[in-house]
Amino acid sequence: MSRAAGRSPVLSVRELCTRFRIQGGGLVHAVNGISFDLHAGELLGVVGESGSGKSVTMLSLLKLLPMPPAEIASGQALLDGEDLLALNPARLRHVRGAKVGFIFQDPMASLNPVLSVGYQLTEPLRLHLGLGRRAARRRAAALLEGVGIPAAESRLGDFPHQFSGGMRQRVMIAMALACDPKVLIADEPTTALDATIQAQILDLLQRLRRERGMAIVWITHDLGVVAGLADRVMVMYGGQAVERADVRSLYARPQHPYTRSLLRALPKLEGGSSGERLASIPGQPPTLVQAPDACSFAPRCAHAFARCRAENPALAPVTEGHEVACWYDADAGVPRAA
Amino acid sequence: MTHYIIRRLLFAVPTLIAISFILFALLDLAPNDPTGQLPLTIPAEAREQIRESLGLGEAFHIRYAKWMEQFFVNEPLNLIERAFGVEIGASEERLRVRSWATRSPVVDLIIERLPQTLWVVGLSYLIGILIAIPIGIVSAYRQYSWFDQLGTFVSMIGFSVPTFFTGLLAIIVFSVTLQWLPSIYDTTHRVTDLSSFWVQIKQMAMPVMVLALFNAAQISRFMRAAVLDNLTQDYVRTARAKGLRERIVLFIHVLRNSLIPVVTLIALGIPTVFGGAIITEKIFRVNGIGELLITAIQGADIPLVQTLSFLFAVLIVIFNLIADVLYGILDPRIRYG
Ligand SMILES: Nc1ncnc2c1ncn2[C@@H]1O[C@H](COP(=O)(O)OP(=O)(O)OP(=O)(O)O)[C@@H](O)[C@H]1O
Ligand code: SF4
Ligand SMILES: [Mg+2]
Repeated sequence: MSRAAGRSPVLSVRELCTRFRIQGGGLVHAVNGISFDLHAGELLGVVGESGSGKSVTMLSLLKLLPMPPAEIASGQALLDGEDLLALNPARLRHVRGAKVGFIFQDPMASLNPVLSVGYQLTEPLRLHLGLGRRAARRRAAALLEGVGIPAAESRLGDFPHQFSGGMRQRVMIAMALACDPKVLIADEPTTALDATIQAQILDLLQRLRRERGMAIVWITHDLGVVAGLADRVMVMYGGQAVERADVRSLYARPQHPYTRSLLRALPKLEGGSSGERLASIPGQPPTLVQAPDACSFAPRCAHAFARCRAENPALAPVTEGHEVACWYDADAGVPRAA
Repeated sequence: MTHYIIRRLLFAVPTLIAISFILFALLDLAPNDPTGQLPLTIPAEAREQIRESLGLGEAFHIRYAKWMEQFFVNEPLNLIERAFGVEIGASEERLRVRSWATRSPVVDLIIERLPQTLWVVGLSYLIGILIAIPIGIVSAYRQYSWFDQLGTFVSMIGFSVPTFFTGLLAIIVFSVTLQWLPSIYDTTHRVTDLSSFWVQIKQMAMPVMVLALFNAAQISRFMRAAVLDNLTQDYVRTARAKGLRERIVLFIHVLRNSLIPVVTLIALGIPTVFGGAIITEKIFRVNGIGELLITAIQGADIPLVQTLSFLFAVLIVIFNLIADVLYGILDPRIRYG
């Protein structure tokens, strides 16, 4: 489970910047220089309050944002050494669904209402694996069984509205897993699921990680799930990564004032209690109308001092495998040496 | 689904009865006299006889019942006899709704006029649809491109400029100035060979194009809106995330959803084809159904007006039903709802 140091990552994102050109000529700087590495079999938890750019970051990787208004201003996303952001549309299609699977945030609207679930599920199988109709249906049924949908074979002809919300989410998960992707991006994948099903899905994903070395990005508000599941965690604020660490280190010695207030608001840290949502922290999230030139957390930070409002801190290592973007040394209780 | 259709059918019956009654009663109340157009020298007794012969001496409810019988029993029987060349009962004695103006059965008049209307108006509807759907798709997919801007401009014109204006403009340009096309539609023209076929095409060209522009403007806007609406749906992103080609995303995922409202709109518009495009028919002298109705109204030919209007009402009810059924076929949420 521990990070394979030295091995090259499957996915390596460097300095990704994504912004939206909004009506009236303004810009929304949704993602500002995000970098992260993802190794085979690793699970990266991504946390941050609503609007911190979690979804936009991940959607940018496969260019799944509406462009315009979105534009990827800069950055690289290397998958097996190939920059996804520089691929032509035809090459990118061979990555989407085949090498990278995506589970979207809203399972209700993410399935096509007029096509049968079986059809939608067999589409990537026929496209990427070249399966015939029969074989694709058999595999589709197996995938549905895998995510805990009973009598899957007989439900292939059903339409999305004939499934409950939780079942639709499981169909989405099955679809993302269809072609055995190397990387799975899961945007709040278990929100509509009850505890038993959630446990079953987590089991399935753990198995895929172990057996196939699938790497997972897990976006969530649920710090409990992250604590029990992730190898590494990236905390996002205002479209930036403010802290990045091994999961133990992060929970044991959170560095960033934002991370600290998130964790302080969590009643039980140990025991992997699930269902704990991010607590709300007083103050407003940043507006993102301009690229950050200071610490974007400063207006809400109890430790903010002059430098915070003048310079934007970059991620810097504090210990092995633990990086933070903050001018204040939380452990020592003093500003970091400049 | 079957249940749903049966329920809708049952609901259609009282609707039609109510419409037929209102139509009959309204037009019957209108102060009209079938002998009003006759010369003044005709004596009063003769006039009375004419009225009697047209069945006007009887009470209102008897006349209504007879009209309904003619509409729903006699004329359908006549049509069956005509179509299959058989004779059912005493067909000669069967009472028929007759036009006051020509004294010939109303249904015969309609049948005589129907082909012109179906050819000109029906073809324009078909051409309008065939033009509109691709334009709507491309305009939505390339929103705000020059193609979309042009489409918006042209359909705004097609939509807001009335057909009597575009019709007259077309006549001035193509008939008067360029002298390419005839300005009057010759109903008696028969297609026998290639050159007479060409003449037919030429005389149909203007009315068909004027109406097609109008239809296409309407349907393409609707199609564009439907596609735009669907392109921003989450399921489109899911389809792209699977690695599907844009062509498949558009033509399988988006189109299937977008066509649901458009097909319904098209079905609802079909009765207007039978109704003829009154103005266009008048301008190009296509003596189709629309022309027939206008002449009947101007000549106060009450039986003809009653029958034609009720026929339109029946068609509207039927195509409403068809639209509902199509909706159910295209949208599984309704089919299994
Ligand atoms: N189409 C768009 N146009 C303009 N701004 C957008 C658009 N989509 C997203 N944004 C902005 O980008 C920022 C990041 O949004 P994002 O959806 O990534 O947040 P998130 O972290 O996923 O939040 P949540 O937890 O609520 O899902 C937000 O400020 C949002 O307003
Ligand atoms: S840099 Fe300053 S304002 Fe920003 S989190 Fe650290 S102490 Fe707070
Ligand atoms: Mg999100």
